[in-house]
This record gives sequence, structure tokens and C-alpha cells, in this order.
Amino acid sequence: MADHTLDAKGLNCPLPILKARKALKEVPSGGILEILATDPGSVADFEAFCRQTGNELVEHSVDDSIYRFLIKHTAA
Amino acid sequence: MSSEAEAVSTQIQGTASQAPVAAPETKSMSIIVTKGSLDWAYPPFILATTAAAMGLPVTMFFTFYGLPLLFKKLDLQVTAAGNTAMKMPMMGGHMALPNIMTAIPGVDAACSVMMKNLIKKKGVASIEDLRELAVEAEVRMIACQMTLDLFEYSTDDMIDGIEIGGAATYIECATQSDINLFI
Repeated sequence: MADHTLDAKGLNCPLPILKARKALKEVPSGGILEILATDPGSVADFEAFCRQTGNELVEHSVDDSIYRFLIKHTAA
Repeated sequence: MSSEAEAVSTQIQGTASQAPVAAPETKSMSIIVTKGSLDWAYPPFILATTAAAMGLPVTMFFTFYGLPLLFKKLDLQVTAAGNTAMKMPMMGGHMALPNIMTAIPGVDAACSVMMKNLIKKKGVASIEDLRELAVEAEVRMIACQMTLDLFEYSTDDMIDGIEIGGAATYIECATQSDINLFI
């Protein structure tokens, strides 16, 4: 269902956010970016990132220490 | 530097005298960067790149020991001297280094190697990478003219796209920024 997947596993702050920002540019408006990360801090950070940038954090989940985020590209 | 990043930095240099223009509702940030050791180089570059990724125009003002962070070639070191809270994970625990040990030749170099290994192992970006991302994100970087004179540095040895300025340049920027940090 995601238009684009970013594998940010093994990366530490702030790389998952920086790479997500770049990846979002490749996702058309209204499209979904999926991010996989192992940094526990990325949960709070992606929530803050989405609030600040006006993109929508559609869902996030954790499975076997892998965090998965779905961000809808809604910002201008 | 990749050719893409090179193109971006050339473009920045072309408009060097102009601050990034923010939309009225956009927040912006400035950081005074005063320290150039391996550990202290992180906070300003992490915050600058993250703020830029979150849509904030960012200005970094490099002064005193922070200025060498603009050199093309970086060889950053860390010292435990005067840094009594610095502990490294070792053999399942954490080890501090007595200050007197830091006077022994090679100890700082060993500390630096140890920290660079940890940085790589834990997936933390290098300062070189963060700086390149900052350049790509069009973070405005200002080199302090007074520090250039004082320590006899030349911008010829520094990365492309930087501006030169002084206290007034920074203050003007700070008055227009929502967040001003001194690191």
C-alpha cells in the first residue's frame, strides 16, 4: 500500500528523520511513505516531525524491535 | 562531495549575501557554533539538519573553536581532559579516564578512535555526512571574520557556499529567528 519504502534500520538520530524528509520528496502528494527503523527515539521524533511539517502520521507499530511508520505526504 | 551536493553549494554561494526568505508563519533557527571537538560538533549539526528537514530556515554562525568545522578536511578529536563526566562503555560497564592520563601522548588519539568506532557501530552519522546534509538543505553558514583574522585561517581551505560575517550579521539574523542557540 505504500508508494515508497525507506529502510532506516540501524540508523541513529537524526538520520531516520533526515532520510525520511528526502524520501518524502519522491512521494507524490497524497501518497504514503513507509519507514522501517530500529531507533526507539524515532517514535516521538516522527510524531513531532509530522506535526511540525503538516504531514500525516497514518499509523505506527512495532514488531520484533522494528518500528514501522506510515506517513501520508499531505504537506505542500 | 557528490556532484549533486556540489551543484547545490555553488547555487548557495551565488546567493550568499541573502538570508533565506521564510514565509511569515515559518519558524526559523540560528545557532552560534563555538566548539570544534568531535563530541561538541554533534549538537549544532544534528539540530541544524533536523530543523531544516522540518522546514525551518537555519543559520549557523561559526566562531572561535567552532570555525575549523568549516574546513574541507576534518580530523576531529575528543579529549577527556577537563571532561570528568565523559565515560565510555567498556567491558559491560562504563569507564572514565582520570584527567592526569590525558597528558600521556596518544591517550587523546586513542579516545578519539574509540569514539569514532562507537559512532560507526551505533549507526550515528559522521560530522562530515551531517555537514554535507546541512549544505544540501541550504543551511546558511557564516564564518566569523574576526576568528579568521585571530587564528590566521583562510576560507580557501573551507567548504564552498559559506558567507563571511561578524557580530552584527549574526544579531540581524537572531532578531529574525524564533530559536537562537549558543553551543
